[in-house]
Amino acid sequence: MSDLTINAPREKDVQRAGKFVFWAGIALLVLWVLVPIWFLFINAFSAPAEVTSFPKRFWPSFDLASLQFFWRFQGVTNALWNSVRVAVLTMILSIGMGAPAGYALSRFDFPGKEFFRVLVIMTRAFPLPLLALPLAVMFIRTGLDDTILGLALVHTMLALPFAVLITFSLFSGIPVELEEAAWTLGCNRVQAVIKVVLPLALPGIMASAVFAFVISWNEVFAAAVLTIENRTLTAFLLQSLNVSPLPLKFAGGAALVIPALIFIFAVRKYLFAMWGIANR
Amino acid sequence: MPRALPYLLLLPASLFLLVFFFYPFGLVVVESFTRGGQWTTENFTRMTGHWKFSQAFWNTVWLAAIVVPVQLIMALTMASVVQKLKTGRSGLLYIFAIPLGISDLAAGLIWLAIFEQSGFLNSILHAVGAIDRPYLFLGYQSLWVIFLAVCLAEIWRATAIMMVIIVAGMGLIPKEYNEAAEVFGATRWQRFIRVTLPLLRPSLQTALILRILMAFEVFAVVVALGGTTLPVLMGETFQWQFQLQDRGVAAAYAMVILGLSVAFSLVVLRLLHVPKGARI
Repeated sequence: MSDLTINAPREKDVQRAGKFVFWAGIALLVLWVLVPIWFLFINAFSAPAEVTSFPKRFWPSFDLASLQFFWRFQGVTNALWNSVRVAVLTMILSIGMGAPAGYALSRFDFPGKEFFRVLVIMTRAFPLPLLALPLAVMFIRTGLDDTILGLALVHTMLALPFAVLITFSLFSGIPVELEEAAWTLGCNRVQAVIKVVLPLALPGIMASAVFAFVISWNEVFAAAVLTIENRTLTAFLLQSLNVSPLPLKFAGGAALVIPALIFIFAVRKYLFAMWGIANR
Repeated sequence: MPRALPYLLLLPASLFLLVFFFYPFGLVVVESFTRGGQWTTENFTRMTGHWKFSQAFWNTVWLAAIVVPVQLIMALTMASVVQKLKTGRSGLLYIFAIPLGISDLAAGLIWLAIFEQSGFLNSILHAVGAIDRPYLFLGYQSLWVIFLAVCLAEIWRATAIMMVIIVAGMGLIPKEYNEAAEVFGATRWQRFIRVTLPLLRPSLQTALILRILMAFEVFAVVVALGGTTLPVLMGETFQWQFQLQDRGVAAAYAMVILGLSVAFSLVVLRLLHVPKGARI
């Protein structure tokens, strides 16, 4: 300790410099993330003439003409509505199938359990959007081509592994004893799950549902391959990229980003818990 | 009944995996090796014979080779910074995690707002007096700028996913290890290299595999920034499927992406192998 007092002035300087570098680094990283989004919003909230003009101002004029132009553009409202419907279906399907599987993995020991778990984890080592190629043919045969359900099924394939692993970790975090107590008080298995486990797991399940929604909302490749008439917003934007004017692109980009920002904010508490368990 | 219960719970998810994962992948393999009902390697010779193939292949591989290491370092930096914070932790984490919710298409559009001719990079250069007239960054004469823009957009977009996984992994490491190392006089850097990184291997595995796969699937970012000027594997798959209406060659491309993904996943698993007994 005596060393410290002798070298106090110098150490203090070093410490202060270190602190400065630390906070400057944080500021830089924050700017790196936020500034590009800010630029997109400037473009989305400026008049079309300003979007194509040069040089740009670094503050939006809060003119909604670009967004109105986007909104009125042929096919946009349809595409938005399709995106929402596909994402909601994906959410329901992936949680509906994933949560029971996650529950089974967390509560039972049975032969084949490890096999199933590895299988689910393994699916992530494959480029899943490519599934859209063979499925396009399969869907034409079964009449699912160019339908909301067909695309939702492919998106469910993307979201299901996450749903299984996340709900697995959620249910593992709820003590079995609570369920057992419910049984002794006269609940059967199903009642115990509905009355005791589900209320406790609900926020987490909602978070993983939102995650499934975001996966579907953002997916581009499969959506572009599988839909022709019923395009989702991503597929619509991708398809019209080389013909659409800049204001349309940026307004469309903002329309994609804003819901995503809200959703990530809504599930921010669960993001890390989700991945902590998914690692093992 | 109780013995069958876990299997019943797993049934929907398992059936779904069977129909929408294993079956389509079987189909894609078959499709890539057949043409007009005959077993052949013609799809592959057609694919490699096309002048865009080697460009697409090397662009994709180089993109991954540049982007992934940069992201690993950035993600580790972000995670360590967040670990050290006492206040404002969750706010900073949310900001760092924002790009996680943003689709690759939107990320491409965001960076288009910066790099297009009347965009913000030109405006900034103009504001500081470096240029008089806007410079065309994303033209076919300057492929390397498109490549650079795609790199930046990819780094911007997908660092968040690695960061989240690494933060979650750091949360699992017991504090005692680091404290013990500190008692024995290890510097901060030594503790990071000798204690944190080795214990982080499972998370690094997950993060790297997931990220490398995403890198090989790069598609919408490239389309948004460069159209088809900068060919990548996924973009060519899309082209063959749609513009050229040749599903066989598209399937062959899918096989190349699949092969790359599996090969690199195995390499990562091998490099970061954690013996069973050494897990936390």
